[in-house]
Amino acid sequence: MNISLLIIAIILVLALYLGIKARKGKDMDMEQFAVGGRGFGTFFIFLLIAGEIYTTFTFLGGSGWAYSKGAAAYYVPAYIFLAYVLSYWLVPKIWRYSKRHSIISQPEYFASKYKSRSMGMIVAVLGSLALVPYIVIQLKGLGIIVSEASYGAISPVAASVIGAVVVTTYVMISGIHGSAWTAILKDFMILVVVIFLGIYIPVHYFGGIQPMFETVQAAKPEMLVLADQGLSQSWFVSTVLLNALGFYLLPQTFMVVLSSNGERTLRKNAIALPLYTLLLLFVFFIGFTAIMQIPGLQGADGDLSLLRLAIQTFDPWVIGVIGAAGLLTALVPASVMLMAASVGLTNSFFKVLVPSATETHQLIVSRIIIIGISIIALIVTVTGGEALAILNIMSYSLITQLAPSLFFSLPKTNIINKYGAMAGILAGVLIVLYATIADVKVATFLPNTPHVINDISTGVIALLINILVTFLVSALTKQISMQQTEMNDLDKIS
Amino acid sequence: MNAIKLLLFVPFIGFLGLLPYANKIEPYILGMPFLLFWVAFWMVMASIILMIVYKFDPDNKGSESE
Repeated sequence: MNISLLIIAIILVLALYLGIKARKGKDMDMEQFAVGGRGFGTFFIFLLIAGEIYTTFTFLGGSGWAYSKGAAAYYVPAYIFLAYVLSYWLVPKIWRYSKRHSIISQPEYFASKYKSRSMGMIVAVLGSLALVPYIVIQLKGLGIIVSEASYGAISPVAASVIGAVVVTTYVMISGIHGSAWTAILKDFMILVVVIFLGIYIPVHYFGGIQPMFETVQAAKPEMLVLADQGLSQSWFVSTVLLNALGFYLLPQTFMVVLSSNGERTLRKNAIALPLYTLLLLFVFFIGFTAIMQIPGLQGADGDLSLLRLAIQTFDPWVIGVIGAAGLLTALVPASVMLMAASVGLTNSFFKVLVPSATETHQLIVSRIIIIGISIIALIVTVTGGEALAILNIMSYSLITQLAPSLFFSLPKTNIINKYGAMAGILAGVLIVLYATIADVKVATFLPNTPHVINDISTGVIALLINILVTFLVSALTKQISMQQTEMNDLDKIS
Repeated sequence: MNAIKLLLFVPFIGFLGLLPYANKIEPYILGMPFLLFWVAFWMVMASIILMIVYKFDPDNKGSESE
Protein backbone atom coordinates (compact mmCIF):
# COMPACT_ATOMS: atom_id res chain seq x y z
CA MET A 1 0.00 0.00 0.00
CA ASN A 2 1.41 3.42 -0.93
CA ILE A 3 1.33 6.45 1.37
CA SER A 4 -1.41 8.28 -0.52
CA LEU A 5 -3.73 5.30 -0.44
CA LEU A 6 -3.10 4.99 3.30
CA ILE A 7 -4.09 8.64 3.88
CA ILE A 8 -7.25 8.19 1.80
CA ALA A 9 -8.13 5.04 3.73
CA ILE A 10 -7.66 6.77 7.09
CA ILE A 11 -9.94 9.67 6.09
CA LEU A 12 -12.53 7.22 4.76
CA VAL A 13 -12.58 5.37 8.09
CA LEU A 14 -12.74 8.69 9.96
CA ALA A 15 -15.72 9.77 7.84
CA LEU A 16 -17.47 6.49 8.51
CA TYR A 17 -16.80 6.84 12.24
CA LEU A 18 -18.09 10.43 12.37
CA GLY A 19 -21.08 9.54 10.24
CA ILE A 20 -22.10 6.74 12.57
CA LYS A 21 -21.28 8.56 15.80
CA ALA A 22 -23.51 11.47 14.70
CA ARG A 23 -26.52 9.43 15.65
CA LYS A 24 -25.61 9.32 19.35
CA GLY A 25 -28.25 10.70 21.69
CA LYS A 26 -30.95 11.00 19.00
CA ASP A 27 -34.24 9.14 19.19
CA MET A 28 -34.54 8.32 15.53
CA ASP A 29 -37.93 9.05 13.98
CA MET A 30 -38.63 10.19 10.41
CA GLU A 31 -38.30 13.88 11.31
CA GLN A 32 -34.92 13.34 13.00
CA PHE A 33 -33.75 11.10 10.19
CA ALA A 34 -34.72 13.40 7.34
CA VAL A 35 -34.44 16.95 8.66
CA GLY A 36 -32.64 16.59 12.00
CA GLY A 37 -35.78 17.48 13.96
CA ARG A 38 -35.63 20.95 12.31
CA GLY A 39 -32.88 21.84 14.75
CA PHE A 40 -29.85 22.89 12.69
CA GLY A 41 -28.51 26.39 13.34
CA THR A 42 -26.50 28.72 11.15
CA PHE A 43 -23.29 26.69 11.24
CA PHE A 44 -24.64 23.32 10.11
CA ILE A 45 -27.01 24.85 7.57
CA PHE A 46 -24.10 26.78 6.13
CA LEU A 47 -22.01 23.63 5.78
CA LEU A 48 -24.84 21.60 4.32
CA ILE A 49 -25.88 24.21 1.77
CA ALA A 50 -22.27 25.07 1.02
CA GLY A 51 -21.76 21.32 0.63
CA GLU A 52 -23.53 21.79 -2.65
CA ILE A 53 -20.80 24.16 -3.85
CA TYR A 54 -18.03 21.71 -3.22
CA THR A 55 -19.28 18.49 -4.69
CA THR A 56 -16.98 16.33 -6.81
CA PHE A 57 -18.62 18.06 -9.71
CA THR A 58 -17.26 21.46 -8.85
CA PHE A 59 -13.91 20.01 -7.79
CA LEU A 60 -13.24 17.85 -10.86
CA GLY A 61 -15.88 19.05 -13.31
CA GLY A 62 -15.21 22.75 -12.59
CA SER A 63 -11.51 22.41 -13.33
CA GLY A 64 -12.33 19.91 -16.11
CA TRP A 65 -14.56 22.39 -17.91
CA ALA A 66 -12.10 25.25 -17.45
CA TYR A 67 -9.56 22.91 -19.04
CA SER A 68 -11.65 21.73 -21.98
CA LYS A 69 -14.14 24.57 -22.57
CA GLY A 70 -12.54 27.60 -20.91
CA ALA A 71 -14.69 30.48 -19.70
CA ALA A 72 -17.94 28.52 -20.16
CA ALA A 73 -17.03 26.88 -16.83
CA TYR A 74 -17.80 30.15 -15.07
CA TYR A 75 -21.44 29.17 -15.28
CA VAL A 76 -20.95 27.03 -12.17
CA PRO A 77 -20.15 29.67 -9.52
CA ALA A 78 -22.42 32.12 -11.38
CA TYR A 79 -25.58 30.07 -10.95
CA ILE A 80 -24.68 29.13 -7.40
CA PHE A 81 -24.25 32.68 -6.11
CA LEU A 82 -27.39 33.85 -7.90
CA ALA A 83 -29.28 30.94 -6.35
CA TYR A 84 -28.25 32.25 -2.93
CA VAL A 85 -29.57 35.70 -3.79
CA LEU A 86 -32.88 34.15 -4.81
CA SER A 87 -32.87 32.01 -1.67
CA TYR A 88 -33.10 35.03 0.61
CA TRP A 89 -36.61 35.62 -0.64
CA LEU A 90 -37.65 32.10 -1.53
CA VAL A 91 -36.57 29.61 1.12
CA PRO A 92 -38.01 31.22 4.28
CA LYS A 93 -41.43 30.86 2.63
CA ILE A 94 -40.84 27.18 1.99
CA TRP A 95 -39.53 26.64 5.52
CA ARG A 96 -42.47 28.44 7.16
CA TYR A 97 -45.13 26.47 5.29
CA SER A 98 -43.34 23.16 5.87
CA LYS A 99 -42.93 23.79 9.58
CA ARG A 100 -46.63 24.62 9.96
CA HIS A 101 -47.66 21.45 8.12
CA SER A 102 -44.93 19.16 9.54
CA ILE A 103 -43.53 18.52 6.07
CA ILE A 104 -40.16 16.74 5.87
CA SER A 105 -39.72 16.17 2.13
CA GLN A 106 -40.19 17.97 -1.16
CA PRO A 107 -42.93 15.71 -2.63
CA GLU A 108 -45.03 16.20 0.52
CA TYR A 109 -44.71 19.95 0.09
CA PHE A 110 -46.18 19.80 -3.41
CA ALA A 111 -48.82 17.24 -2.39
CA SER A 112 -49.92 19.54 0.41
CA LYS A 113 -49.90 22.75 -1.64
CA TYR A 114 -51.96 21.16 -4.43
CA LYS A 115 -53.99 18.87 -2.16
CA SER A 116 -53.14 15.96 -4.43
CA ARG A 117 -51.34 12.72 -3.71
CA SER A 118 -50.67 12.17 -7.41
CA MET A 119 -48.80 15.46 -7.42
CA GLY A 120 -46.65 14.14 -4.57
CA MET A 121 -45.95 10.96 -6.48
CA ILE A 122 -44.95 12.79 -9.66
CA VAL A 123 -42.62 15.06 -7.72
CA ALA A 124 -41.08 12.09 -5.88
CA VAL A 125 -40.40 10.23 -9.12
CA LEU A 126 -39.05 13.33 -10.87
CA GLY A 127 -36.86 14.12 -7.86
CA SER A 128 -35.37 10.64 -7.90
CA LEU A 129 -34.91 10.82 -11.66
CA ALA A 130 -32.93 14.04 -11.28
CA LEU A 131 -30.99 12.76 -8.29
CA VAL A 132 -29.69 9.59 -9.89
CA PRO A 133 -27.46 11.45 -12.42
CA TYR A 134 -26.34 13.62 -9.54
CA ILE A 135 -25.39 10.67 -7.35
CA VAL A 136 -23.71 9.11 -10.38
CA ILE A 137 -21.59 12.26 -10.71
CA GLN A 138 -20.43 11.82 -7.12
CA LEU A 139 -19.65 8.11 -7.45
CA LYS A 140 -17.94 8.57 -10.79
CA GLY A 141 -15.89 11.44 -9.41
CA LEU A 142 -15.04 9.40 -6.35
CA GLY A 143 -13.84 6.56 -8.56
CA ILE A 144 -11.64 8.91 -10.59
CA ILE A 145 -10.19 10.59 -7.52
CA VAL A 146 -9.33 7.47 -5.57
CA SER A 147 -7.93 5.56 -8.53
CA GLU A 148 -5.78 8.49 -9.70
CA ALA A 149 -4.64 9.46 -6.21
CA SER A 150 -3.74 5.87 -5.34
CA TYR A 151 -1.58 5.76 -8.51
CA GLY A 152 -3.86 3.08 -9.93
CA ALA A 153 -3.65 0.74 -6.91
CA ILE A 154 -7.46 0.78 -6.74
CA SER A 155 -9.57 0.71 -9.90
CA PRO A 156 -12.25 3.41 -10.38
CA VAL A 157 -15.01 0.80 -10.18
CA ALA A 158 -13.70 -0.70 -6.93
CA ALA A 159 -13.36 2.81 -5.46
CA SER A 160 -16.94 3.72 -6.46
CA VAL A 161 -18.24 0.55 -4.84
CA ILE A 162 -16.34 1.09 -1.57
CA GLY A 163 -17.46 4.72 -1.45
CA ALA A 164 -21.08 3.75 -2.08
CA VAL A 165 -20.98 1.16 0.71
CA VAL A 166 -19.55 3.64 3.23
CA VAL A 167 -22.00 6.42 2.43
CA THR A 168 -24.98 4.06 2.37
CA THR A 169 -23.98 2.67 5.76
CA TYR A 170 -23.78 5.93 7.62
CA VAL A 171 -26.83 7.47 5.99
CA MET A 172 -28.89 4.46 6.98
CA ILE A 173 -27.71 4.74 10.56
CA SER A 174 -27.62 8.48 11.20
CA GLY A 175 -29.71 10.11 8.48
CA ILE A 176 -28.94 13.80 7.95
CA HIS A 177 -26.94 13.98 11.19
CA GLY A 178 -24.31 11.80 9.50
CA SER A 179 -24.11 14.23 6.58
CA ALA A 180 -23.79 17.23 8.91
CA TRP A 181 -20.94 15.75 10.92
CA THR A 182 -18.93 14.53 7.95
CA ALA A 183 -19.49 17.95 6.33
CA ILE A 184 -17.32 19.57 9.01
CA LEU A 185 -14.36 17.38 8.09
CA LYS A 186 -15.02 17.84 4.40
CA ASP A 187 -15.24 21.62 4.30
CA PHE A 188 -12.14 22.02 6.44
CA MET A 189 -10.09 19.76 4.16
CA ILE A 190 -11.37 21.06 0.85
CA LEU A 191 -10.83 24.66 1.89
CA VAL A 192 -7.18 24.05 2.68
CA VAL A 193 -6.58 21.89 -0.39
CA VAL A 194 -8.27 24.13 -2.98
CA ILE A 195 -6.73 27.41 -1.81
CA PHE A 196 -3.30 25.81 -1.57
CA LEU A 197 -3.48 24.19 -5.02
CA GLY A 198 -5.09 27.23 -6.67
CA ILE A 199 -2.25 29.49 -5.56
CA TYR A 200 0.70 27.10 -5.54
CA ILE A 201 0.22 25.53 -8.98
CA PRO A 202 0.07 28.74 -11.09
CA VAL A 203 2.91 30.26 -9.07
CA HIS A 204 5.01 27.11 -9.42
CA TYR A 205 4.62 26.89 -13.20
CA PHE A 206 4.24 30.51 -14.27
CA GLY A 207 5.32 32.65 -11.35
CA GLY A 208 1.83 33.93 -10.60
CA ILE A 209 -1.85 33.90 -11.49
CA GLN A 210 -1.75 36.76 -13.99
CA PRO A 211 1.33 35.40 -15.83
CA MET A 212 -0.50 32.07 -16.06
CA PHE A 213 -3.54 33.71 -17.66
CA GLU A 214 -1.30 35.73 -19.97
CA THR A 215 0.32 32.53 -21.20
CA VAL A 216 -3.12 31.04 -21.87
CA GLN A 217 -4.12 34.27 -23.64
CA ALA A 218 -1.08 34.10 -25.91
CA ALA A 219 -1.70 30.47 -26.87
CA LYS A 220 -5.49 30.11 -26.75
CA PRO A 221 -7.23 33.47 -26.20
CA GLU A 222 -10.63 31.91 -27.01
CA MET A 223 -10.49 29.99 -23.71
CA LEU A 224 -10.80 33.17 -21.65
CA VAL A 225 -14.08 34.54 -23.08
CA LEU A 226 -17.44 33.09 -24.02
CA ALA A 227 -17.70 31.85 -27.60
CA ASP A 228 -19.76 33.43 -30.40
CA GLN A 229 -21.78 30.27 -30.81
CA GLY A 230 -22.28 26.98 -29.04
CA LEU A 231 -21.33 27.75 -25.44
CA SER A 232 -22.12 31.40 -26.13
CA GLN A 233 -23.51 34.25 -24.09
CA SER A 234 -27.09 33.18 -24.66
CA TRP A 235 -26.17 29.67 -23.55
CA PHE A 236 -24.46 31.12 -20.49
CA VAL A 237 -27.32 33.41 -19.44
CA SER A 238 -30.02 30.78 -19.99
CA THR A 239 -28.08 28.02 -18.22
CA VAL A 240 -27.20 30.25 -15.28
CA LEU A 241 -30.81 31.38 -14.83
CA LEU A 242 -32.14 27.86 -15.19
CA ASN A 243 -29.74 26.38 -12.66
CA ALA A 244 -30.17 29.26 -10.22
CA LEU A 245 -33.90 28.57 -10.35
CA GLY A 246 -33.34 24.84 -9.99
CA PHE A 247 -30.82 24.98 -7.14
CA TYR A 248 -33.35 25.02 -4.30
CA LEU A 249 -35.67 22.70 -6.21
CA LEU A 250 -33.11 19.91 -6.04
CA PRO A 251 -34.60 17.55 -3.47
CA GLN A 252 -31.46 17.52 -1.34
CA THR A 253 -31.17 21.32 -1.08
CA PHE A 254 -34.90 21.57 -0.41
CA MET A 255 -34.49 19.10 2.43
CA VAL A 256 -31.55 20.96 3.96
CA VAL A 257 -33.74 24.08 4.01
CA LEU A 258 -36.34 22.21 6.04
CA SER A 259 -33.71 21.11 8.57
CA SER A 260 -33.06 24.73 9.58
CA ASN A 261 -34.14 25.88 13.04
CA GLY A 262 -35.62 29.13 11.76
CA GLU A 263 -36.16 31.57 8.92
CA ARG A 264 -33.51 33.94 10.11
CA THR A 265 -30.89 31.20 10.00
CA LEU A 266 -31.65 30.78 6.31
CA ARG A 267 -31.49 34.52 5.57
CA LYS A 268 -28.22 34.94 7.46
CA ASN A 269 -26.72 32.10 5.46
CA ALA A 270 -27.74 33.74 2.20
CA ILE A 271 -25.43 36.66 3.04
CA ALA A 272 -22.27 34.61 3.56
CA LEU A 273 -22.75 31.95 0.91
CA PRO A 274 -21.97 34.04 -2.22
CA LEU A 275 -18.55 34.81 -0.74
CA TYR A 276 -17.92 31.11 -0.32
CA THR A 277 -18.37 30.59 -4.07
CA LEU A 278 -15.23 32.72 -4.54
CA LEU A 279 -13.36 29.53 -3.64
CA LEU A 280 -14.32 28.09 -7.01
CA LEU A 281 -12.02 30.63 -8.63
CA PHE A 282 -9.09 28.65 -7.26
CA VAL A 283 -10.41 25.53 -8.96
CA PHE A 284 -10.43 27.45 -12.25
CA PHE A 285 -6.83 28.61 -11.75
CA ILE A 286 -5.85 24.94 -11.62
CA GLY A 287 -7.88 24.07 -14.73
CA PHE A 288 -6.36 26.92 -16.74
CA THR A 289 -2.84 26.00 -15.66
CA ALA A 290 -3.53 22.45 -16.84
CA ILE A 291 -4.35 23.74 -20.35
CA MET A 292 -0.71 24.73 -20.79
CA GLN A 293 0.94 22.05 -18.67
CA ILE A 294 -0.83 18.82 -19.56
CA PRO A 295 -2.49 19.32 -22.94
CA GLY A 296 -4.16 16.45 -24.76
CA LEU A 297 -6.86 15.15 -22.40
CA GLN A 298 -9.87 14.58 -24.64
CA GLY A 299 -13.62 14.79 -23.90
CA ALA A 300 -14.65 13.40 -20.52
CA ASP A 301 -10.96 12.93 -19.63
CA GLY A 302 -10.83 16.69 -19.04
CA ASP A 303 -12.27 15.85 -15.61
CA LEU A 304 -8.89 14.29 -14.82
CA SER A 305 -6.95 17.51 -15.39
CA LEU A 306 -6.77 18.64 -11.75
CA LEU A 307 -5.53 15.30 -10.47
CA ARG A 308 -3.11 14.65 -13.32
CA LEU A 309 -1.54 18.07 -12.86
CA ALA A 310 -1.31 17.57 -9.09
CA ILE A 311 0.35 14.19 -9.54
CA GLN A 312 2.88 15.75 -11.89
CA THR A 313 3.62 18.46 -9.32
CA PHE A 314 3.58 16.93 -5.85
CA ASP A 315 4.88 14.12 -3.61
CA PRO A 316 2.59 11.14 -2.97
CA TRP A 317 1.55 12.24 0.53
CA VAL A 318 0.17 15.54 -0.83
CA ILE A 319 -1.72 13.55 -3.45
CA GLY A 320 -3.13 11.45 -0.60
CA VAL A 321 -4.47 14.56 1.14
CA ILE A 322 -5.95 15.88 -2.13
CA GLY A 323 -7.50 12.48 -2.82
CA ALA A 324 -8.98 12.31 0.67
CA ALA A 325 -10.49 15.78 0.33
CA GLY A 326 -11.89 14.81 -3.05
CA LEU A 327 -13.34 11.64 -1.58
CA LEU A 328 -15.23 13.69 1.00
CA THR A 329 -16.61 16.01 -1.68
CA ALA A 330 -18.32 12.94 -3.08
CA LEU A 331 -19.51 11.32 0.15
CA VAL A 332 -21.18 14.26 1.86
CA PRO A 333 -23.39 15.47 -1.00
CA ALA A 334 -24.17 11.89 -2.03
CA SER A 335 -25.40 11.15 1.49
CA VAL A 336 -27.91 14.00 1.47
CA MET A 337 -29.05 13.06 -2.04
CA LEU A 338 -29.65 9.44 -1.12
CA MET A 339 -31.70 10.48 1.84
CA ALA A 340 -33.73 13.11 0.03
CA ALA A 341 -34.70 10.61 -2.68
CA SER A 342 -35.58 7.85 -0.24
CA VAL A 343 -37.59 9.96 2.21
CA GLY A 344 -39.49 11.50 -0.70
CA LEU A 345 -40.39 8.11 -2.13
CA THR A 346 -41.30 6.70 1.29
CA ASN A 347 -43.60 9.59 2.11
CA SER A 348 -45.38 9.83 -1.19
CA PHE A 349 -45.70 6.13 -2.06
CA PHE A 350 -45.30 3.86 0.96
CA LYS A 351 -47.23 6.10 3.36
CA VAL A 352 -50.05 6.46 0.85
CA LEU A 353 -50.22 2.74 0.01
CA VAL A 354 -49.92 1.64 3.65
CA PRO A 355 -51.62 4.37 5.68
CA SER A 356 -51.33 2.33 8.88
CA ALA A 357 -47.49 2.24 8.69
CA THR A 358 -45.77 3.31 11.88
CA GLU A 359 -42.69 5.54 12.08
CA THR A 360 -40.55 2.42 12.54
CA HIS A 361 -41.96 0.89 9.37
CA GLN A 362 -41.31 4.07 7.45
CA LEU A 363 -37.73 4.20 8.67
CA ILE A 364 -37.16 0.62 7.58
CA VAL A 365 -38.62 1.29 4.13
CA SER A 366 -36.56 4.48 3.76
CA ARG A 367 -33.41 2.52 4.48
CA ILE A 368 -34.28 -0.18 1.99
CA ILE A 369 -34.91 2.48 -0.66
CA ILE A 370 -31.52 4.04 0.13
CA ILE A 371 -29.86 0.73 -0.66
CA GLY A 372 -31.90 0.40 -3.87
CA ILE A 373 -30.95 3.87 -5.13
CA SER A 374 -27.29 3.28 -4.27
CA ILE A 375 -27.29 0.14 -6.36
CA ILE A 376 -29.01 1.80 -9.33
CA ALA A 377 -26.57 4.72 -9.18
CA LEU A 378 -23.64 2.31 -9.02
CA ILE A 379 -24.83 0.43 -12.08
CA VAL A 380 -25.17 3.67 -14.06
CA THR A 381 -21.76 4.78 -12.80
CA VAL A 382 -20.08 1.62 -14.03
CA THR A 383 -21.85 1.48 -17.41
CA GLY A 384 -22.22 5.18 -18.41
CA GLY A 385 -19.52 7.42 -19.88
CA GLU A 386 -20.69 11.06 -19.91
CA ALA A 387 -18.61 14.01 -18.73
CA LEU A 388 -19.65 15.30 -15.33
CA ALA A 389 -20.88 18.70 -16.52
CA ILE A 390 -23.35 17.14 -18.99
CA LEU A 391 -24.92 15.03 -16.23
CA ASN A 392 -25.12 18.12 -14.03
CA ILE A 393 -26.99 20.15 -16.65
CA MET A 394 -29.41 17.27 -17.27
CA SER A 395 -30.29 16.99 -13.57
CA TYR A 396 -31.02 20.69 -13.44
CA SER A 397 -33.06 20.68 -16.64
CA LEU A 398 -35.27 17.96 -15.16
CA ILE A 399 -35.77 19.36 -11.69
CA THR A 400 -36.36 22.92 -12.86
CA GLN A 401 -39.59 21.71 -14.42
CA LEU A 402 -41.02 22.00 -10.88
CA ALA A 403 -40.39 25.75 -10.84
CA PRO A 404 -43.78 26.94 -12.20
CA SER A 405 -45.72 24.78 -9.73
CA LEU A 406 -43.58 26.02 -6.85
CA PHE A 407 -43.73 29.71 -7.68
CA PHE A 408 -47.46 29.78 -8.40
CA SER A 409 -48.09 28.01 -5.09
CA LEU A 410 -46.38 30.74 -3.06
CA PRO A 411 -49.11 33.47 -3.10
CA LYS A 412 -52.29 32.97 -1.06
CA THR A 413 -54.42 32.21 -4.11
CA ASN A 414 -52.87 29.95 -6.69
CA ILE A 415 -53.81 30.88 -10.24
CA ILE A 416 -53.08 27.35 -11.54
CA ASN A 417 -54.61 24.06 -10.39
CA LYS A 418 -53.21 20.59 -9.87
CA TYR A 419 -54.16 19.36 -13.36
CA GLY A 420 -52.31 22.22 -15.00
CA ALA A 421 -49.33 21.78 -12.68
CA MET A 422 -49.05 18.06 -13.35
CA ALA A 423 -49.54 18.38 -17.12
CA GLY A 424 -46.94 21.15 -17.28
CA ILE A 425 -44.37 19.14 -15.33
CA LEU A 426 -44.91 16.07 -17.50
CA ALA A 427 -44.64 18.08 -20.72
CA GLY A 428 -41.41 19.73 -19.59
CA VAL A 429 -39.83 16.49 -18.40
CA LEU A 430 -40.68 14.64 -21.62
CA ILE A 431 -39.09 17.39 -23.70
CA VAL A 432 -35.91 17.32 -21.62
CA LEU A 433 -35.66 13.54 -21.82
CA TYR A 434 -36.39 13.47 -25.55
CA ALA A 435 -33.94 16.28 -26.33
CA THR A 436 -31.22 14.64 -24.24
CA ILE A 437 -31.67 11.14 -25.62
CA ALA A 438 -32.23 12.12 -29.26
CA ASP A 439 -29.72 15.01 -28.99
CA VAL A 440 -31.92 17.60 -30.71
CA LYS A 441 -31.90 21.38 -30.51
CA VAL A 442 -34.24 24.09 -31.83
CA ALA A 443 -32.34 24.19 -35.15
CA THR A 444 -33.15 20.52 -35.74
CA PHE A 445 -36.74 21.57 -36.44
CA LEU A 446 -36.17 25.14 -37.60
CA PRO A 447 -32.85 25.06 -39.48
CA ASN A 448 -32.77 28.84 -39.95
CA THR A 449 -32.86 29.60 -36.24
CA PRO A 450 -30.16 32.14 -35.34
CA HIS A 451 -27.68 30.60 -32.92
CA VAL A 452 -28.53 33.17 -30.24
CA ILE A 453 -31.75 31.20 -29.89
CA ASN A 454 -30.41 27.76 -30.75
CA ASP A 455 -27.80 27.97 -27.98
CA ILE A 456 -30.44 28.53 -25.31
CA SER A 457 -30.42 25.67 -22.82
CA THR A 458 -32.90 22.89 -23.61
CA GLY A 459 -34.14 23.14 -20.02
CA VAL A 460 -35.27 26.72 -20.60
CA ILE A 461 -37.19 25.80 -23.74
CA ALA A 462 -38.81 22.89 -21.91
CA LEU A 463 -39.67 25.28 -19.09
CA LEU A 464 -41.41 27.72 -21.45
CA ILE A 465 -43.52 24.92 -22.92
CA ASN A 466 -44.15 23.66 -19.41
CA ILE A 467 -45.56 27.07 -18.36
CA LEU A 468 -47.69 27.25 -21.50
CA VAL A 469 -49.18 23.79 -20.87
CA THR A 470 -49.68 24.60 -17.20
CA PHE A 471 -51.81 27.65 -18.01
CA LEU A 472 -53.67 25.97 -20.83
CA VAL A 473 -54.66 22.89 -18.83
CA SER A 474 -55.47 24.96 -15.74
CA ALA A 475 -57.86 27.06 -17.81
CA LEU A 476 -59.48 24.02 -19.46
CA THR A 477 -59.99 22.20 -16.15
CA LYS A 478 -61.14 25.21 -14.19
CA GLN A 479 -64.68 23.81 -13.95
CA ILE A 480 -63.65 20.39 -12.57
CA SER A 481 -61.23 21.95 -10.17
CA MET A 482 -63.83 24.34 -8.77
CA GLN A 483 -66.44 21.61 -8.33
CA GLN A 484 -63.87 19.58 -6.39
CA THR A 485 -63.05 22.46 -4.11
CA GLU A 486 -66.76 22.96 -3.42
CA MET A 487 -67.15 19.28 -2.65
CA ASN A 488 -64.19 19.43 -0.31
CA ASP A 489 -65.73 22.42 1.42
CA LEU A 490 -69.02 20.54 1.80
CA ASP A 491 -67.10 17.63 3.32
CA LYS A 492 -65.56 19.94 5.82
CA ILE A 493 -68.95 21.37 6.81
CA SER A 494 -70.69 18.01 7.20
CA MET B 1 -42.97 41.61 -0.34
CA ASN B 2 -41.40 44.73 1.01
CA ALA B 3 -39.59 47.24 -1.17
CA ILE B 4 -36.09 46.53 0.15
CA LYS B 5 -36.26 43.02 -1.30
CA LEU B 6 -36.40 44.55 -4.81
CA LEU B 7 -32.66 45.04 -4.36
CA LEU B 8 -32.35 41.28 -4.87
CA PHE B 9 -32.88 41.87 -8.60
CA VAL B 10 -29.72 43.95 -8.83
CA PRO B 11 -27.21 41.05 -9.04
CA PHE B 12 -29.27 39.31 -11.74
CA ILE B 13 -29.66 42.42 -13.87
CA GLY B 14 -26.16 43.76 -13.20
CA PHE B 15 -24.25 40.55 -13.71
CA LEU B 16 -26.16 38.97 -16.58
CA GLY B 17 -27.52 42.16 -18.18
CA LEU B 18 -24.09 43.75 -18.58
CA LEU B 19 -22.42 40.47 -19.58
CA PRO B 20 -22.00 41.51 -23.27
CA TYR B 21 -19.75 44.37 -22.09
CA ALA B 22 -17.80 42.12 -19.72
CA ASN B 23 -17.04 39.31 -22.19
CA LYS B 24 -13.43 40.36 -22.81
CA ILE B 25 -9.95 39.44 -21.63
CA GLU B 26 -8.47 42.87 -21.00
CA PRO B 27 -8.01 44.77 -18.75
CA TYR B 28 -6.71 42.27 -16.20
CA ILE B 29 -7.91 43.08 -12.69
CA LEU B 30 -6.44 41.45 -9.57
CA GLY B 31 -4.56 39.07 -11.83
CA MET B 32 -7.70 37.82 -13.54
CA PRO B 33 -8.91 38.26 -17.12
CA PHE B 34 -11.80 40.73 -17.13
CA LEU B 35 -14.62 38.20 -17.55
CA LEU B 36 -13.46 36.12 -14.59
CA PHE B 37 -13.05 39.27 -12.53
CA TRP B 38 -16.62 40.21 -13.48
CA VAL B 39 -17.91 36.94 -12.04
CA ALA B 40 -15.88 37.41 -8.84
CA PHE B 41 -16.94 41.05 -8.52
CA TRP B 42 -20.62 40.10 -8.55
CA MET B 43 -20.13 37.36 -5.98
CA VAL B 44 -18.85 40.00 -3.59
CA MET B 45 -21.56 42.47 -4.63
CA ALA B 46 -24.24 39.82 -4.06
CA SER B 47 -23.02 39.36 -0.52
CA ILE B 48 -22.96 43.11 0.15
CA ILE B 49 -26.43 43.58 -1.30
CA LEU B 50 -27.80 40.72 0.79
CA MET B 51 -26.26 42.24 3.89
CA ILE B 52 -28.01 45.55 3.17
CA VAL B 53 -31.31 43.80 2.52
CA TYR B 54 -30.97 41.79 5.73
CA LYS B 55 -30.29 44.89 7.77
CA PHE B 56 -33.33 46.80 6.52
CA ASP B 57 -35.74 43.92 6.06
CA PRO B 58 -38.60 44.28 8.58
CA ASP B 59 -38.95 40.47 8.57
CA ASN B 60 -35.80 40.25 10.66
CA LYS B 61 -36.99 42.66 13.33
CA GLY B 62 -38.31 41.52 16.68
CA SER B 63 -38.31 37.93 17.88
CA GLU B 64 -38.34 34.98 15.49
CA SER B 65 -41.92 34.22 14.47
CA GLU B 66 -42.78 30.60 14.80
